[in-house]
Amino acid sequence: MISSTLSIHAWFKRKQKEKETPYVRERLDIPGNLWVKCYKCGQAIFNKELEDNLKVCPKCGYHFKLSANERIKQLTDNGSFKEIDPNIQSKDFLNFTDSKPYGKRIIETVAKSLLKDAIVCGTAKIGGQGAALGIMDFSFMGGSMGSVVGEKIARLIELAIEKKLPVIIFAASGGARMQEGIMSLMQMAKTSAALGRLRENGLPYIAICTDPTTGGTSASFAMLGDINLAEPGALICFAGPRVIEQTIRQKLPPGFQRSEYLLQHGMLDIVCERKQLKETLTKILGWFNEK
Amino acid sequence: MKNKESSDFNNLTPLQIVQIARQIQRPTTLDYINCIFTDFVELHGDRNFGDDPALVAGLAKLDGCSVAVMGHQKGKSTKENLARNFGMANPEGYRKALRIMRIAERNHKPIISLIDTPGAYCGIGAEERGQAEAIAKNLREMTELTIPFVTVITGEGGSGGALGIGMGNRVLMLEYSIYSVISPEGCASILFRDAKRANDAALAMKITAPDLLKLGVIDEIIKEPPGGAHNDVQQSASNIKSAIIKHLGPLLSLSQRELIADRYNKFRKMGFFSE
Ligand SMILES: [Zn+2]
Repeated sequence: MISSTLSIHAWFKRKQKEKETPYVRERLDIPGNLWVKCYKCGQAIFNKELEDNLKVCPKCGYHFKLSANERIKQLTDNGSFKEIDPNIQSKDFLNFTDSKPYGKRIIETVAKSLLKDAIVCGTAKIGGQGAALGIMDFSFMGGSMGSVVGEKIARLIELAIEKKLPVIIFAASGGARMQEGIMSLMQMAKTSAALGRLRENGLPYIAICTDPTTGGTSASFAMLGDINLAEPGALICFAGPRVIEQTIRQKLPPGFQRSEYLLQHGMLDIVCERKQLKETLTKILGWFNEK
Repeated sequence: MKNKESSDFNNLTPLQIVQIARQIQRPTTLDYINCIFTDFVELHGDRNFGDDPALVAGLAKLDGCSVAVMGHQKGKSTKENLARNFGMANPEGYRKALRIMRIAERNHKPIISLIDTPGAYCGIGAEERGQAEAIAKNLREMTELTIPFVTVITGEGGSGGALGIGMGNRVLMLEYSIYSVISPEGCASILFRDAKRANDAALAMKITAPDLLKLGVIDEIIKEPPGGAHNDVQQSASNIKSAIIKHLGPLLSLSQRELIADRYNKFRKMGFFSE
């Protein structure tokens, strides 16, 4: 709510600030950093308090990005997560060099992130119920989808068919991995094809869009849930806001391409706060699981 | 003159091929439909929101046999291009295409799709009506079709907008067309931080027909007349027609189950990784 005493000037300034926020990088992982500044409301939060609150700002409700491991800890029943295909790694098959060779970029990112690529997959229990679970991690090259993400999702779905499990995938992705050229586009086809098979086998798929879910990810598996969920305030789009602004040279409506906007336009079933997520998924799985 | 032209054509850079693929005189989907098919009946609308002039689709006969045909439609002048939205389809275009694919399937007729788009449209309405969902749904449903399906890339194969009607059992490509996850200019401005390095980006991404054939993304390169398809539309159309018929033949003898498996396996095996 904008207070009526707020001057036009201050309001405009705040508007500008709001507009800039999506492009600011979160810096949470500085060692010894006890305090974190919420980059939506600007308040300082005690790091421990933020962790205890599932990395949601206690002041304004802003949902910070989660790593795949944090998500697994928050969501799955203690010790139930069993990873599959942990060792698939990207390859520089095009000899692609932008500011540095893709091969070198992979090695550096693996060393820095302790992840092998932008998704972690496995089976787990959520509220006592089994599921095949894929969780993207934005910190690995912006969660971009290349051959590894596509292959791991396809294998996860094939495993779910074999074990008759529902599939849950958390998307967090800037889109296709351009360093893999056309092969990144083909992963959209591959993941969507696998989801077609899952559906033919009568198994449910729950897609969860987190900030951000864009481009090749939104235009494939992230929008294909029998049930589509999103965390609040997530950017979910086909083309990013800057691309659209450049194309149409026109101001974008407030809240455009955020979860709540997509809910209004019929693209999502539920915008679910993080603290409700486990309970919501448990209920949904319970509905599907009734024999 | 012709000789000089064709020898120059042997040494085209990827960016020069991009320019040919985008040439305003390049034959459009409707040009090819008129030359390759007979009895074309264009169908309109997605039964949901509207009709999309950037993507045409309908019933036609190929060598006397009923098929469904669809493709992105560009214009040949600025006025036409404004009417056709430069071949950039909205969600209703993809939904119309899917509707007509399903008609073909229910009636056991093959599908031919022709690809020529800079990409799916990026605009407020397109986002609000679910551009991402429309494309995603097509990708899933195309793999489930129980009929033979051949895709031909005739000009620009622009990312998800191209793939959105492009998951044929066979994917063929005209010699001077391109197929790419992002435009060379887009890639250059994001990864090279300089839109002027489009040539480097085009080279790095491997977007030309010979490169895509090597990567296993396409199944055959269709020859163009000397100087490019626009120099002889009839010849180009006739080359496309022969290639479609050649690839459709073996598919016609597959069962429904085999057709689905064929398409699934084609896309399932795409990707390079180590483990
Ligand atoms: Zn806050």
